[in-house]
Amino acid sequence: MKKTFKIINLECAHCAAKMEHAIRKLDGVSHVSISFLLQKATIEADDTRFDEIAAKAADICKKIEPDCLFTER
Amino acid sequence: MTKKQKKSLVRILSGCVLFLLALLFPGEHPLLFLVPYSIIAWDIPLRAVGNILRGQLFDENFLMTAASIGAFGSGQYHEAAAVMSLYQIGELFQDIAVANGRRSIAALMDIRPDFANVLQDGQIIRTDPSQVDEGDMITVTPGERIPLDGVVTEGSSALDTAALTGESEPRDVFPGDEVLSGCINLSGVLHIRVLRTFDQSTVCRILELVEDSISRKAKSERFITKFARYYTPAVVCAAGVLAILPPLLGLGTFSNWLQRSLVFLVVSCPCALVISVPLSFFSGIGRASREGILIKGSNYLEALAKTGIVVFDKTGTLTKGIFQVSRICPVSMKEEELLVLAAAAEQLSTHPISRSIRDAAPCELPPATQVKELPGQGVRAVVTGMQVLAGSETLLAGAGISCPHVSGTVVHVGLDGSYCGYILLADQLKPTSARAVEALKQSGIRRTVMLTGDAAPPAEHTARQLGLDEFHAQLLPGDKVTRLEHLLREKKPGEQLLFVGDGINDAPVLARADIGVAMGALGSDAAIEAADIVLMDDDPAKLITALSIARKTMTTVRQNIIFALGVKFLVLALAAAGFSSMWLAVFADVGVSILAIVNASRQ
Repeated sequence: MKKTFKIINLECAHCAAKMEHAIRKLDGVSHVSISFLLQKATIEADDTRFDEIAAKAADICKKIEPDCLFTER
Repeated sequence: MTKKQKKSLVRILSGCVLFLLALLFPGEHPLLFLVPYSIIAWDIPLRAVGNILRGQLFDENFLMTAASIGAFGSGQYHEAAAVMSLYQIGELFQDIAVANGRRSIAALMDIRPDFANVLQDGQIIRTDPSQVDEGDMITVTPGERIPLDGVVTEGSSALDTAALTGESEPRDVFPGDEVLSGCINLSGVLHIRVLRTFDQSTVCRILELVEDSISRKAKSERFITKFARYYTPAVVCAAGVLAILPPLLGLGTFSNWLQRSLVFLVVSCPCALVISVPLSFFSGIGRASREGILIKGSNYLEALAKTGIVVFDKTGTLTKGIFQVSRICPVSMKEEELLVLAAAAEQLSTHPISRSIRDAAPCELPPATQVKELPGQGVRAVVTGMQVLAGSETLLAGAGISCPHVSGTVVHVGLDGSYCGYILLADQLKPTSARAVEALKQSGIRRTVMLTGDAAPPAEHTARQLGLDEFHAQLLPGDKVTRLEHLLREKKPGEQLLFVGDGINDAPVLARADIGVAMGALGSDAAIEAADIVLMDDDPAKLITALSIARKTMTTVRQNIIFALGVKFLVLALAAAGFSSMWLAVFADVGVSILAIVNASRQ
């Protein structure tokens, strides 16, 4: 399944890169791309575990940039 | 400026004022500088601590905090405050630059309509375009943007299609014509029946395509991200080593080397590159879409700049794909007479060839009676009392009329049992094809090739007319792929091969080429799906524009990388040798970043 998420308040480009790298390492994720410019993330992952993966991705973002919000589009 | 940015500015300014006052005060009391320092920079150490608790050690906040603690520690109070203010000012400008970059790209892509005027029971109701259904009637007045794809039911006007095709010449529309969302209505009021809902409309699909193009990252982008991951820790380690080793070896005081390592810490942030490189690509893609060139990924933009071989499909790509009257060869009458005769006989037929002949003939045609259309052969009719046959050799042979053998698409004409001549139809070159090929060759494309299923003589003629380097004719679709593979093997290292086709029958070739470019023909789904790049107005000359945008983007990317890394390494070298200050460090970090962002937003 492929879904796009909005990352509100993403102000640090380096953080975006770190988030992308960390999410890519999650089990079940086949493709992830975060755009600092558009403030959005596209994640392609296992259908069955997608919600779980999305929640983990949100956690990662919170950890790296506490100000920002990871939401569904 | 946003509210957040304005608050920052106020904080910085008040901090700076206090800082200046502190400078004027005699003596260097630490508390004097601590006050402005705190006002300007209180959030940074806070964020540093917060991040460390979350496991994020080496971020900018920590580095700047460490740098200023170091400065305070070595008794340089005003330097600490000064550097922090400079850093915060720089961060603010960087924020503004990024916001501006984002805004200018959004403006480039600002083709989304905000409302639709729905006609309901004679009333015009302003509605959100996403709420309009298929089959609804909308009206668009001059000056407004057409909100949804549809068919004109009433009214005629001229449209500005620049948002979709980059074409500045207005396009006339009349009842029955299909119109696409995103175009601006110029002169007359139009009543339109909606064909597709908003999320299926051309405007939305283009915007979606451009936004999605971000996820297909170019090699440069991925390199920068990877580089940044190693660069920062490496420089921080170097900073640590620099602070500890030389003093231990007796090469100077601890505070002296600490100063230099602080510069290292500040310069270790790769923001300049991590922001400006993707921004350049996004700028390029946005600019291209303004020209009616849809590029589906930054990687294709990057590859485009390295194109060395361009392969063209013939029919529909270099030629219009419509057969038009090219030669009229009567036996004993005037050309125009033959044409009128044939056109009159064909006037009721819907066959494309009949239409072409009618288009070439004058408007006033004598009426035809007893019209009989014979599928696959032609038309039989009575025109001004005479029996007219217009069609293939077989048709005339069936009536006992013998025709000369003519190759190509031909309509033979028989009148009352005798042969009176033939009309030859041919595919016309697009007006910009020749210019496109010449410009491509001039801009450095090594080989221009044409692949076609057509017979060799017309193919050769076309190739010669356009100045193509080589051509291959009489190719079946499978042959085209084989020939393309052959060409791919002949690429120079690093070179890219681009194939331009009209999508419908070229899908396998488009897929096989490094870069597949399709003629989009305003709304052709199959083409948009199969290709990497879509030319919205089918104009081969747009390839030149695409190539130049790609090259300019890559130049900007290279400039930024060389500039940012160059300055950073220079400052690091200077710092290690003892010739630097915190000011230089902050410039190498934030100043470079701002310059790179500004450079990237120019397109």
